[in-house]
Amino acid sequence: MLVMAPESHYKMKTASVTSTTLLPDWMSEIGDQVLFMGTFARNIFRSGFEWNELVRQCYVVGYKSIGLVGITGFILGFVMTLQSVPTMKEFGAVSFVPSMVAISVIREIGPVIIALTCSGKIASSIGAELGSMKVTEQIDAMEVSGANPIQYLVVTRIIACTLMVPLLTILADTLALGGGFLGSNIGGHFSVILYFNKAFHSLAFTDLLPSFIKTIFFGFAIGFVGCYKGYNSGSGTESVGVAANSAVVSASLWVIVLDAIAAQATTLLAYN
Amino acid sequence: MADEHPIPDNTNKRETADTQGDNEVVIKIEHLKKSFGSNDVLKDLSMSLREGENLVVLGRSGQGKSVAIKCIVGLLQQDEGICNVYGQEVKELSETELRELRKKVGFLFQSGALYDSMTVAENLAFPLTRVMKMTDDNEIEKLVQEMLDNVGLKDAIDKMPSDLSGGMRKRIGLARTLIMKPQIMLYDEPTTGLDPITSKEISNLILDMQKKYKTSSIIITHDMLCAKITSDRMLVLNDGKFIAEGTYDELENSENELVRSFFK
Repeated sequence: MLVMAPESHYKMKTASVTSTTLLPDWMSEIGDQVLFMGTFARNIFRSGFEWNELVRQCYVVGYKSIGLVGITGFILGFVMTLQSVPTMKEFGAVSFVPSMVAISVIREIGPVIIALTCSGKIASSIGAELGSMKVTEQIDAMEVSGANPIQYLVVTRIIACTLMVPLLTILADTLALGGGFLGSNIGGHFSVILYFNKAFHSLAFTDLLPSFIKTIFFGFAIGFVGCYKGYNSGSGTESVGVAANSAVVSASLWVIVLDAIAAQATTLLAYN
Repeated sequence: MADEHPIPDNTNKRETADTQGDNEVVIKIEHLKKSFGSNDVLKDLSMSLREGENLVVLGRSGQGKSVAIKCIVGLLQQDEGICNVYGQEVKELSETELRELRKKVGFLFQSGALYDSMTVAENLAFPLTRVMKMTDDNEIEKLVQEMLDNVGLKDAIDKMPSDLSGGMRKRIGLARTLIMKPQIMLYDEPTTGLDPITSKEISNLILDMQKKYKTSSIIITHDMLCAKITSDRMLVLNDGKFIAEGTYDELENSENELVRSFFK
């Protein structure tokens, strides 16, 4: 519920819409999220864009996630190959392993797993940070000073996530192919050139582009949900934990839902 | 100055005070009501603040003192009544107008509300660059230094808020608010949680800053020493209404037991 959300900017409108009516909580929350989205969109184009803060957020969201995302991607490719080689062997299809790993990682598993990993790391971090700023009245202090907390805190974080999650996914996909090579090379099946030649040969433009586009939406969803949950957290210390937790849950859910929509859209547009 | 002792009708008393006062009324609140769900926090609040005046608001916890001053800066919106600052009804203001009004009204939060990802210098520079749109680094640094000198914490310029004590946080919070040169200052329990010596220092600092920058102030406190040092006039809030008004000495000798109990 948004009943006690910070009021100026978007809250004056939302409080009057939702708190005084008898709408179910989930319906109020959807309404609040739509209004929050509108406020975000308006503030992107306001003068005084916080470029320095955007760069700082890109560093926090992107650079500081490289380790986690890189290891996740590498192990993903490695394990997929290790587990698929024995089965493929039974069919005499070991030579298809690089293609299988490349297509499945780049088209589906890579973006989704990395987005879920980022939901856990980034959305929770944003939710907790903004929630804690709310509890300690830092957001209120920004507002009463006449500054624009949406522009400084929300716009920069959402844009940073939208930019960085696709780049992190590209990194993870690349390392997943490396992990796949290592996995297949343990049994001595492929040379480096043969492995990557087979992997890239199987990939088409219709695998890469839709996959990249959906990671942009994943990044946006992660940033948006993290900011929304943090900015609208309650006033007690407990609400910081609640904000972080619900940010992860909601962001993960959004990633899954968006992936389903993207899969359907890709099938209709690219493969028909 | 208004009479001391219980106020049977706040509005009449305030109007008398307004007409008797020489200075312009900068904040005028009339019949303010604010509820959170079924909890009626402010029931019928009326008061005014005159230019250059230090008004102390006393009241037990949970009586809505902070809610009242949050209505003044538009952080909360009243359900009913008038909340007028410099002749502008806060509730009616657009986002831009509200931001302009907030440049004139400083708010010191109970915790100091320092931005914990920034150093002290960055905290003080934040409103200058974002609100005043200042771009000259030398000028910003000069103002930051001057303000830290005012609050006696020049050495803390590169420290992070987590490295500061409670009293230092309040001083830096005060410096950050005053750097905007507001015409009205709202203090939300400025001495709560501090030892008596630091509390007295902060109270004196409030008074010094008020004299130096000629601000009008509303000070919410439970701390009677702070009230004694800083107040020109005091109001006592109970059950969502002001029940007494007067100077410190007048209220100390009030016939109302609840009012007197604050002074024991």
